[in-house]
Amino acid sequence: MNIYVLLKRTFDTEEKIVVSDGRIEDESAEYIINPYDEYAVEEAIKQRDEHGGEVTVVTVGDEESEKQLRTALAMGADKAVLINTEDDVEDGDQYTTAKILESFFEDKEADLILAGNVAIDEASGQVGPRLAESLGINYVTTITALEIDGESANIDKDVEGDVEKIETALPVLVTCQQGLNEPRYPSLPGIMKAKKKPLEELEIDDLDLDEDDVEAKTETIDIFLPPEKEAGKVLEGEIDDQVKELISLLKNDAKVL
Amino acid sequence: MDFELTKEQTMIQKMVREFAENVIKPRAIEIDKEALFPLDIFEQMGELGILGIPFPETYGGSGGDTLSYAIAVEEVGRVCGSTGLSFAATVSLGASPIYYFGTEKQKETFLRPMAEGRALGSFGLTEPNAGSDAGGTKTTAVEDGDDYIINGEKCFITNASFAKTIIVTAVTGKNNRGKNIISAIIVPTDTKGLTVTSNYDKMGVRGSDTAEIVLDNVRVPKDNLLGDPQKGFSQFLYTLDGGRISIAALGLGIAQGSLEKALSYAKERKQFGKPISNFQAIQFKLADMAMEVELARNIVYKAAWLKDHDKPFSKEAAYAKLYATETAFRAANQAVQVHGGYGYMREYEVERYLRDAKLLEIGEGTSEVQRMVIARQLGC
Repeated sequence: MNIYVLLKRTFDTEEKIVVSDGRIEDESAEYIINPYDEYAVEEAIKQRDEHGGEVTVVTVGDEESEKQLRTALAMGADKAVLINTEDDVEDGDQYTTAKILESFFEDKEADLILAGNVAIDEASGQVGPRLAESLGINYVTTITALEIDGESANIDKDVEGDVEKIETALPVLVTCQQGLNEPRYPSLPGIMKAKKKPLEELEIDDLDLDEDDVEAKTETIDIFLPPEKEAGKVLEGEIDDQVKELISLLKNDAKVL
Repeated sequence: MDFELTKEQTMIQKMVREFAENVIKPRAIEIDKEALFPLDIFEQMGELGILGIPFPETYGGSGGDTLSYAIAVEEVGRVCGSTGLSFAATVSLGASPIYYFGTEKQKETFLRPMAEGRALGSFGLTEPNAGSDAGGTKTTAVEDGDDYIINGEKCFITNASFAKTIIVTAVTGKNNRGKNIISAIIVPTDTKGLTVTSNYDKMGVRGSDTAEIVLDNVRVPKDNLLGDPQKGFSQFLYTLDGGRISIAALGLGIAQGSLEKALSYAKERKQFGKPISNFQAIQFKLADMAMEVELARNIVYKAAWLKDHDKPFSKEAAYAKLYATETAFRAANQAVQVHGGYGYMREYEVERYLRDAKLLEIGEGTSEVQRMVIARQLGC
């Protein structure tokens, strides 16, 4: 089976976001594999171990993204592709990424493409579905189970806490939700072997694309942090009085009743 | 010069840190309190290849370098001194001598299970009357046909109750100047006549196994002799030099953990209406701790780097061991002080860091012995 994973390098979840001059400061930030994409890498490895084939991890990013690709290789992926847009794309959006990936996948015969449900940075959840649309293949988002049997895939899809059972045919693109699996730690021998695994680097030129072809369809107007939470108020006194005060506050101050 | 870690070293650091945070840290208080050796944690570390970092793949290892190994010990030590100590001892003292000096057959039989993480190892050097003075070793190994018969006693041996093999040092004869020849012999722990008891009630590193060994007519094949019988002593010295880097790395981890705990507590704890990190008395402590931790890291990494590049590292390993373990003790002590009364309580963990750090100034060559080693390197 020909398995592909779409991977994004994102801010570490423990990183504090600092905004200055309308930009997020990323100078000293730590980066990780987008946690939802880790589920995708894990699932790809499991499916390959069960059905055979090869796992290729693809990212659209810059030089630094190699670290996250190497980590995926250390977990057990076979090959990695870095589509480096550092010199060609200034402010890409989901359209940009999907368009680049569309060109990349044109001559690939993918049986299964896995992506994260969303990236934790911008959380659009669009790249996977857009890519599937443009490739003309089936897609299922937020999956929590995947069974492949020959040419068909049986999938559990998380729908706001409920489960939808879906049967579909390969090739298929899925986006992975928490609960699908428990991503493994890359083992030490895995880490050492990762440096010998193939990592191909491409630019959009190699995919016969121009800067104009992938120009963002959206424009970011402003970036700001949510207002700081104000200190809460603890009511005191007899319970009956507290209840009365609470109702009055909810009615008159908060105006929610 | 290049102070950057390689991609592999960075990945190993990240992986071991995550493992330590998720698997070891939640158990650290219990491991110390109950003095329970966390065998299951070692099984998981073995499966992930952490126990085989500095050994090549041909012997079942992970094919990493000394620096990667030191980084891994640091990350484990940052959350649990007990687990860190047993990790450092099995790799540096149990397995490494076989890798350095063993025959192909010994490597296949004894090193492979350890490098693959399926077995733990020990090094039996210390005796009731021979510690830093290894020349005072009383244990003897007498030739008998194709075997050695070993008699003697060893004490304070890390991991011995859980080890598959113990490398035992013993007197095998006298040289032409009438001095004892001390050799190292690999003794499987299931050999008849070998008794391991673990009754020590320790101040710190309580979850790391420490045992006494009695060897009563223990018979092992002569094939188990490790390395050159005439050069036993210089072999231990090389082994101990390597071991010092790992104990230094463990001290670095404890110092780093102490700093992090003190810093986060100082930012949270409010007195006189503001976080105590606003007071210079506390700031100066934190500044000193941070500086010393970074200096310790530099010398630990340098010693490991020298070893990886086949350069002499004896002096730097002693610098690293001495400085990093004393830094660990100072940092843990200050961390308790910054925490005040809470720091004295087990729940806040820094008192454990202090008890664990104390051992590092004693084990694998006391601070005083490190100074002797350094002085000797200076030509004194």
